[in-house]
Amino acid sequence: MDWGSIIESLFRGLIGEFFIVFALAAIGLNIHFGFTGLLNFGQAVFMAAGAYGLAMTVATIGPAANRNFGWNMSESTLFWVGVFVAIVVFPVIFALVMGIPTLRLRADYLAIVTIAVAEIFRIVVRSPTPSIKKWTNSSDGLTGFSGTFYEMSPFDTQGRYLFNLFTGNQFFLVLVGWVILAIAATICWLLIRSPWGRVLKAIREDEDAARSLGKNAYAYKMQALILGGIFGAVGGMIRAIGFSVAQPDNFITDVTFFVWVALILGGAGKVLAPIVGASLFYGFLSFTDTFLRQGVSSGLISDSIINGPQVGQVRFMLMGLGLALLAAFRPQGIFGNKEEMALDDR
Amino acid sequence: MAVLAIGGPALAQDDASESVGGTMRAKDDAGEDVFVEGVEFTVFDADGNEVGTGTTDAEGIWRVDLPGPGVYSVEVDADTLQGFELRRPDNNPLTGVEVQTNTEKNTLFPLGERRVAESNSIQVVQLFVDGIKLGMIIAMCAIGLSLIYGTTGLTNFAHGEMVTLGAMVGFVFHVTWQFDFLGSWMTSLAFAAVLAIILTGFAGFLFNEFVWKRLRNKGASLISALVVSIGLSIFFRYVFLFQFGGRAGFYRDYRIGNQVEFFGLFTMVRKDIFIVVLSAIVLIGVATALRKTRAGKAMRAVADNRDLAESSGIDVEQVIRWVWIVGSALAGLGGVLFGLTENVNWEMGFRLLLLMFAGVTLGGLGTAYGALLGSIIAGVFIQMSTLVIPGDMKNIGALLALIIILLVRPQGLLGRAERIG
Amino acid sequence: MTGDQYDNEFKDELIPDAGPLPGVPGEASDMSVAVSDKIAGVDSVAARAALADVAWEPGAKKPDPLLVADNVVRRFGGLTAVDVDHVEVQRGVITALIGPNGAGKTTLFNLLTNFDTPDEGTRVFDGQNIDKVPAHKIANYGMVRTFQLTKALSKMTVIENMKLGATGQKGESLWRSVLPFLWKDQEKAVEARADALLERFKLMHMRDEFAGTMSGGQRKLLEMARALMVEPSMVMLDEPMAGVNPALTQSLLGHVTGLRDAGMTVLFVEHDMDMVQEISDWVIVMAEGRIIAEGPPASIGQNKAVVDAYLGSNHDSALDLDTEL
Repeated sequence: MDWGSIIESLFRGLIGEFFIVFALAAIGLNIHFGFTGLLNFGQAVFMAAGAYGLAMTVATIGPAANRNFGWNMSESTLFWVGVFVAIVVFPVIFALVMGIPTLRLRADYLAIVTIAVAEIFRIVVRSPTPSIKKWTNSSDGLTGFSGTFYEMSPFDTQGRYLFNLFTGNQFFLVLVGWVILAIAATICWLLIRSPWGRVLKAIREDEDAARSLGKNAYAYKMQALILGGIFGAVGGMIRAIGFSVAQPDNFITDVTFFVWVALILGGAGKVLAPIVGASLFYGFLSFTDTFLRQGVSSGLISDSIINGPQVGQVRFMLMGLGLALLAAFRPQGIFGNKEEMALDDR
Repeated sequence: MAVLAIGGPALAQDDASESVGGTMRAKDDAGEDVFVEGVEFTVFDADGNEVGTGTTDAEGIWRVDLPGPGVYSVEVDADTLQGFELRRPDNNPLTGVEVQTNTEKNTLFPLGERRVAESNSIQVVQLFVDGIKLGMIIAMCAIGLSLIYGTTGLTNFAHGEMVTLGAMVGFVFHVTWQFDFLGSWMTSLAFAAVLAIILTGFAGFLFNEFVWKRLRNKGASLISALVVSIGLSIFFRYVFLFQFGGRAGFYRDYRIGNQVEFFGLFTMVRKDIFIVVLSAIVLIGVATALRKTRAGKAMRAVADNRDLAESSGIDVEQVIRWVWIVGSALAGLGGVLFGLTENVNWEMGFRLLLLMFAGVTLGGLGTAYGALLGSIIAGVFIQMSTLVIPGDMKNIGALLALIIILLVRPQGLLGRAERIG
Repeated sequence: MTGDQYDNEFKDELIPDAGPLPGVPGEASDMSVAVSDKIAGVDSVAARAALADVAWEPGAKKPDPLLVADNVVRRFGGLTAVDVDHVEVQRGVITALIGPNGAGKTTLFNLLTNFDTPDEGTRVFDGQNIDKVPAHKIANYGMVRTFQLTKALSKMTVIENMKLGATGQKGESLWRSVLPFLWKDQEKAVEARADALLERFKLMHMRDEFAGTMSGGQRKLLEMARALMVEPSMVMLDEPMAGVNPALTQSLLGHVTGLRDAGMTVLFVEHDMDMVQEISDWVIVMAEGRIIAEGPPASIGQNKAVVDAYLGSNHDSALDLDTEL
């Protein structure tokens, strides 16, 4: 049993790239569900919007535009245009598509539509049909869009940083990610203390009461959907940059469910909760993954109970069970207090 | 497929480092690209020993893991080509396939025209009939979903796993263990189906008794319950994956050759006729029971207005219990039939759940007849949409219909406007 | 039936005392000081006096109507819930909307507050057509409503509930919300107004508690106080006495008359005939979706149509307004 690599993996899980991605997505979902009571089960789609927004602009749409219109946009221009597409254009479009049909109806309908949109996205992006594949590259995904980002890194690509855990590029990404997280948390903190946040809290509890006082519940919900989606898109964009690839299987519906676990674990509705929840959740996931794999390969855990690929499956089983138990017995998570908890309402 | 990379600098791959596989793609009558499902391959090593078998999935993809790098030969079972022909039959088996270390090798078996000259069918009618068949299966599974919603308010995201459970029980009994009573495949299949129904009905009862009733009594909110159902869905899906494996299971006995022609308008394979007839009987039976029997009327009353039903003396808990049992049993049967029609795999129920939601929302969430009507319309929509969009995207049709109906008439065709918010 | 049937002495009694109610000395005038800013120009004493000339008929025209509805019809499935040819609500007075169960009062109430849309008909508020106005915009026009099942937001504190009520808050815009310096001053002003109202309603001691910890009656007061933050010209109360313990009733009644004395127009739906008799200036009676009678409170008991509606057509004697129906 290589305890060193287990600890390393745990530490990396707690603060590393994936933690940042999930923390951002969870912050977004916190705005949706924790602040406003929206049942968004398509956060993975917003994340994918961020990833593909950037990737497609730089790798497929940009070059095509260059060819067709005779422009000569450099890769770094395309990168920044791509960032804009990733965190503004795409999330707004998706939020409108999901929100317009459902935000005037009961909460369950948003849940259903967000899952449907996630499935539509999955089908379309993975489609091998040539007219679509030339933009999305189907299940193989897109690469070659993150160069501009890493060119800005002041760190030595060959060097090792932070207890030798991260290469120069990885460390740059993680650092940038942490800064973005801090900004996101601050924005949320400001929002929840503002009159806007107050209206959301009211809508979460009773839309009619808010309406009787002159608040346009539909508009506020849409704003929350868009804003939370933008945070999710930033998370997805970081994931794409961090691994230099954007693939449809990175954003399957189970990813949405992971984000939910992270959020509920931390306690929906509190500002720091999604960050702590994501950290614990991903740390736990990394720890058990490496631990189980080490256990199997070192003979500690017999091969007849679980073999290699089944480790992943067992982890998801535990995660699903964990989510169910959390929602049933401690819906307020770590930081929430029961009385404020949206889950217990009705 | 790798879902998450953990900590490492690159995506973690699955354990097997060498494999061989490919995609079976052809053109159908309309000249559209089709992926051929159910084609069987066998891989042999250099000494002629069988190394593994694989079958193409719904996207025509097959893959066989290899013990290591080397030279292999690949053979395709021409009987499983679903009516297509190899363009180069001399290249079967394909020998001298060299696989390097850590390589996923792809082989190509080009396919020619489909050998369906003798069948007469008008494509539109054929697709319509296929749609009815799919729609009936969706309907059978969706009735439970809709009634559970109507009587308890729970949007049960784990309902798809009931479908998968039924399909797997049926498959295991019929194909894996091959219980053959009285010889004919039909009776053994019927036995497997009955077993599936009983087991899923029982599972539904257990769930209601030990999970959902407890949550209701605890006063847990509907949102809590919804998230619990999602957690359970994840849990059971991975249990299925763990137990059943990732490969799809096919009911092999039923080949293309057994086609029956109907008035030159459309054709159906024998198993499909069986499915359609059985579904029709069951659905008509259920619809009649809901209308005529006391239990059925009680179910509809509770689903329509729980408080009113309770104050008129109906034992609501009892009704809910039976809704869970019957709804789950129907889902189980739907699963067996769906497995017959396509294949049995660990996430089949989850994929179908979305189509169920489409059908139920279209027809009216909370009503039984709405679920029926909406699901059949959804099925027809899905199959007929292949006239204009590529086959691999046909499910999108139903999902788009779901979104559009929410814009236009959110309560669905048969639902009441007051329920929606 | 007109007012001429009754001699002058009797008629004076129909108009409730303009001063404070017994038991709550000085309170009504305190109320008027607190909320009089917006309703300049409305003389409730004159408004009430003007009612003397109004005919006691369904759909009677009022001298200065704030709210007018025409040909309003609402159907549910095959059932016609509301079918009102014409109704007018006089500015600056308290109007009661009563009727037996199933008469359609709640439906009409929802239609008048735009929480429901009629199948036919038009509604005019303060001279402006409000048919196309969504429920949330009505508050901007000056109409606010409360709910039968009190909607005090229990997960928010009392002061937060109050601050929510203010309209035109800059901080409620998403862009401005993250820049506190843009709305801090306005927030302070809102808070001052909220505190003043909490004082009037004697809820100051619960200022920082969650509304969920309040008693039912206190929540009613909170909901009313919160509605006043909107600075409305018309307050629509949906069964304000429902579920209130008798000890708080007088206090609530005092607040309602205080609203009127400050120039606000009040319409309330009620079953409690004591309240109707005690504070309403005008009564509208519904049955089976239609308005069957209108008039001052004391006239209603004699009205044959009203008696029939409540008790069935076989009853001969007049309605005793003291009994609760």
